[in-house]
Amino acid sequence: MITEEMEARLRELVATQRLAVLATYNGEHPYCSLVAFAATPDLGQLLFVTSRHTRKFANLQCHGEVALLIDDRSGDETDLRRAMAATAVGRAEEVPPDQAAEARAVYLARHPQLADFVDAPTCALVRVQVRTYHVVTRFQQVMVYEVAR
Amino acid sequence: MKLLVDLRGIGETDRAQVGGKAFALSRLVRAGLLVPPGMVVTAEAYRQHLTGTGLGGRIHLELERKRFKDLRWEEMWDAALRIRNMFLNTPLPPHLRQALADGIGERWAEVPVVVRSSALDEDASGSSFAGLHESYVNVRGVEAILDHVRLVWASLWSDAALLYRQELGLDVGRSAMAVLIQQLVSGERSGVVFSVHPTDGTRAMVEAVHGLNQGLVDGTVEPDRWVLDRASGRLVGHHAPQRLAAVRPSGNGVGLEALPAELAATPPLDEREVVSVYELARRCEDLFGCPQDVEWTYAAERLFVLQSRPVTTHAAEDGQRSWYLSLRRSYDNLQKLRQRIEGELIPAMVAAAEGMAAVSLADLSDPQLADELQARLETLARWKGIYWDELIPFAHGARLFGQVYNDTVRPDDPFEFISLLSSGGLASLKRNQAMAALVSQLREDRSLAAVRDGTSDELPDQFAADLDDLAKQVGIPDGVSQPGPARSALLRLLREAAREGAMSVPAPTIATPALEEGFLAHFAGAERARASDLLDLARASYRLRDDDNIYLGRIEAEVNRALEEGRRRLTARTGLSPELLEAQQVVAALRDPAYRPEPVESTAKTQTGLISRARQLIGQPAGPGLASGHCRVVHRPADLFDFRAGEILVCDALDPTMTFVVPLCAAIVERRGGMLIHGAIIAREYGLPCVTGVPQATELIHTGDWVTVDGYLGIVILASEGADHGHPDESDT
Repeated sequence: MITEEMEARLRELVATQRLAVLATYNGEHPYCSLVAFAATPDLGQLLFVTSRHTRKFANLQCHGEVALLIDDRSGDETDLRRAMAATAVGRAEEVPPDQAAEARAVYLARHPQLADFVDAPTCALVRVQVRTYHVVTRFQQVMVYEVAR
Repeated sequence: MKLLVDLRGIGETDRAQVGGKAFALSRLVRAGLLVPPGMVVTAEAYRQHLTGTGLGGRIHLELERKRFKDLRWEEMWDAALRIRNMFLNTPLPPHLRQALADGIGERWAEVPVVVRSSALDEDASGSSFAGLHESYVNVRGVEAILDHVRLVWASLWSDAALLYRQELGLDVGRSAMAVLIQQLVSGERSGVVFSVHPTDGTRAMVEAVHGLNQGLVDGTVEPDRWVLDRASGRLVGHHAPQRLAAVRPSGNGVGLEALPAELAATPPLDEREVVSVYELARRCEDLFGCPQDVEWTYAAERLFVLQSRPVTTHAAEDGQRSWYLSLRRSYDNLQKLRQRIEGELIPAMVAAAEGMAAVSLADLSDPQLADELQARLETLARWKGIYWDELIPFAHGARLFGQVYNDTVRPDDPFEFISLLSSGGLASLKRNQAMAALVSQLREDRSLAAVRDGTSDELPDQFAADLDDLAKQVGIPDGVSQPGPARSALLRLLREAAREGAMSVPAPTIATPALEEGFLAHFAGAERARASDLLDLARASYRLRDDDNIYLGRIEAEVNRALEEGRRRLTARTGLSPELLEAQQVVAALRDPAYRPEPVESTAKTQTGLISRARQLIGQPAGPGLASGHCRVVHRPADLFDFRAGEILVCDALDPTMTFVVPLCAAIVERRGGMLIHGAIIAREYGLPCVTGVPQATELIHTGDWVTVDGYLGIVILASEGADHGHPDESDT
């Protein structure tokens, strides 16, 4: 069954990949950045950490709507059919202080080597509240998964 | 790495470059046996061709379109044909072409040759996969040889090879094919010898035919067969068939020729020669260290070895694969099949349906109805068996033609040949014409004004009779001679079709004489007549492939009529919902009033954490065009009568009994895949976009969904009506 099979592949993709391409917008043009992400178990939130002085952080302060691309490309010609890509669409915001401990734990479980970065006073832990994942397999097969709230 | 190697120059470590067949022959050459001179186009040449032209990436895109386990045999054939056309239409990179043309031209510019596959892993395992790849006999000239090298390369991805992809370890990135080019030895007598009889380890077997051994290998010429005692080499038996024909070089290939009386009366080998052939096999066995299956030929009284490979037990066949392989039939076989289908099977199917239609079911007692239903179920099962064993194989006629057409014309579109097959005579089109006539009558006839407005279902006699005829052709076996829900449903559909511009008419036949002449112009004399006969066979194959379903559908409709009668009686008795009763439960319950059937359970869907919906689905581009509209998902025949003009028909498997709604469609989407299936055929007839082979189409798409069908790319896009692809929540590709 495509639905269940692709959902399982989506979960595996999110669990195995460490980096995602974050797309933000400054009101004039889009901007892409590579971020180290972690997902909550229900896939409802994608977390990443950024310095508050980056272009992406400035962008999402003004425009919270973002997209993240997570994929498993290998770089050869078979990628067209074999690689999988999931675009998460949602709203980004800095994690509120009362929820920071829990989010920090989720993030560091995935990226323990980034502990100093997470705790640096100049960095922000950002969460993207994902509304939908648009999952592309076999180059042209697309399923949409909505996160139940 | 060398691109060309002489058979005499192949070393012990070269197997991975020259393939199993050429490697074995090189060992025979070194051992001093008589082998026709030859050279090998190495696997390196294949790899250079794939990387130099980008063909590897294209093959990968074709084969990974969907999961292999989701591919039907027809889709495998379609994929293999597309790949074959890629090889046919992709020239060799200049440096490779130059190197091969120089090497081949030095030795084979003027000599007829055989171009044979030598797959890298062939015959190395314990299993035999003979016949999966192509070989060509009597090829002349450098250009023709290079063409056939590409065809042999393409056969690495033949439909049969795809069927055995796991055993063969087929992988676009790793698999390659070597090609053996050998001088054609035009043997007068040829055959096969097994140094150990395949079913008796104490014996050996020699098979021989007059002429070349292609006739024996492909089964068109029955051989003389001798059995020998392995220990003593003595002859212990001879089976002589009726010798009718021989395969001999002819034109640019081979042809089947009738045997003159003198040869027909003479076994191809005398006893001394049979023993010589057996001794040859024993020498091969000694050389390779295991029992051998050897192809040989006698030319000018000299005994040549054409091939030697281990005697293997064939890989255990599952029924489906052996059935599929049995579909590959010769022209002669298909001609016989055509006579049987047209002369016997179709008339018998019509008679069976008519016989059942004449029975008044309401007059039968319950036990009599049970017997009638049981008999009908058995009749249907028998016809379904015939359908699979004889009618589907006849569809291969269209495929056989397609391959010849593509080899000859080299069109960009590998399915261009289908345009030539459409002759407008499909039974489903005739039925649709009858329906169109009723629709225009309904639209224009003043006496039908109340019917047209929907205020009355009362009909004038002639219109009622014509409507009744139509009803029986669209899955209403009881007809609509009286007012009732069935008549209302059919009239509702006709009213819908009568709306201005609602119905499309079949596209003008694309099979212009120019296209046909363009094909036939490649042939002259007797070959032209043969090509014309093949086209005629293909047209019959195409037409009957559609029509046979209409006739089978009539039998099915009669079974359903009895089933519905049974269900109706039982529903009244048990209170169970009629669709919950299986046919055999109905039979049992009609026979035994005490029997209480258990309703059939439907399986519950599993819950997942996320809410899913399909956004874009992949299938095959089976009918070019682009259309958007609301979907009508057809789960059961009754859904067809709700069809609205301009909707997109989505179904599991469209058969001709359902295609009366096609004139109302904007496009067709089908779960079942293939380019020569009914949905694709009828879509082409009406010029509609069509995508077939969309897995789970009827589950992922829902009635009312707005979709765009891209018949060029073979994709179906689901989006809200008028949705712009730029909307942030909807853009994803």
